[in-house]
Amino acid sequence: PLSKGKQEVSLSAFALLFSELVQYNQTQVDNIAELERRLEDAGYAVGARVLELLCHRDKGNRRETRLLGILSFVHSTVWKVLFGKVADSLEKGTEHEDEYMISEKELLVNRFISVPKDMGTFNCGAFAAGIVKGVLDGAGFPAVVTAHFVPVEGQLRPRTTILIKFAEEVKSF
Amino acid sequence: MAPLAPRSGDAVFANVERVNAELFTLTYGAIVRQLLTDLEEVDEVNKQLDLMGYNIGIRLVDEFLAKSNVSRCVNFKETAEVIAKVGFKMFLGVTASVTNWDVDGTSCSLILEDNPLVDFVELPDTCQGLYYCNILSGVIRGALEMVSMKTEVTWLRDMLRGDDAYELRLKLLKQVPEEYPYKDDE
Repeated sequence: PLSKGKQEVSLSAFALLFSELVQYNQTQVDNIAELERRLEDAGYAVGARVLELLCHRDKGNRRETRLLGILSFVHSTVWKVLFGKVADSLEKGTEHEDEYMISEKELLVNRFISVPKDMGTFNCGAFAAGIVKGVLDGAGFPAVVTAHFVPVEGQLRPRTTILIKFAEEVKSF
Repeated sequence: MAPLAPRSGDAVFANVERVNAELFTLTYGAIVRQLLTDLEEVDEVNKQLDLMGYNIGIRLVDEFLAKSNVSRCVNFKETAEVIAKVGFKMFLGVTASVTNWDVDGTSCSLILEDNPLVDFVELPDTCQGLYYCNILSGVIRGALEMVSMKTEVTWLRDMLRGDDAYELRLKLLKQVPEEYPYKDDE
């Protein structure tokens, strides 16, 4: 039988492991885009499994077929299970109909990361973006998902926004 | 100030920030999968996992010492007990048992009943030589090296390979005498 999944490990154990993931991938690439793509791949593997796991455990083997349903599943259920809290916000893009954004003031995977100046826009949130993409793809809503830093006025650290742009075929839903 | 009493693994674990073990497990799985794709040979993957563990171990020991109030262990037996009861608990939320001491008290086995790294994992036929949890042995080796103990850590039993438990063999190779740090300007 499937475990309830209430077990925990220390945040440091995860942070150290994640840091090894980033450092290892740094040795495998020669540019930032490639590094982000590899982190996204790793996240994708997590997302695909989380979808299966949570659909079995929480939803009686049913999976969302509505766009807003799957988005709120990601923003609430997936976030809560993986990161211990619901994501700060889920918004619809104002300029494009097919874009949605999940924002997080302090994304868990960015918490212990400071990006050196010479690495430009590199964002470890690519891992979280990969998780989101893994869940959406698995549920039948293919999308391009990217992570971005957005400066917040009066705050030292920028928030992380995960931009979801659904594929052409999703729009007809 | 009198030294603080060492804290139990449970007490430390209760006070550290924690995350869902599944996030940890699945992230580790993603790492292993990337390594298998990149390196192709399982032996190379075993080596890389051990190296990653070593890197983690040399950083993790600082937090361990700071939060557990454990100071110098009187002998290797105490060291092993501390790893099993405090170290494992503090970071992974599980404890191990220590058995099978040799006569000199320099090697023993850590038996893990519960191993958060292996949830949802099955080894396919193509990966039979893989030590899936090899990162753990690296962590222990790295952490002990930082407290002047050179060790060799190997897997004796692995449930993913059909054994009935996880058994790590811990062998003390030598104790490195402590050296005073040299002055920076020399």
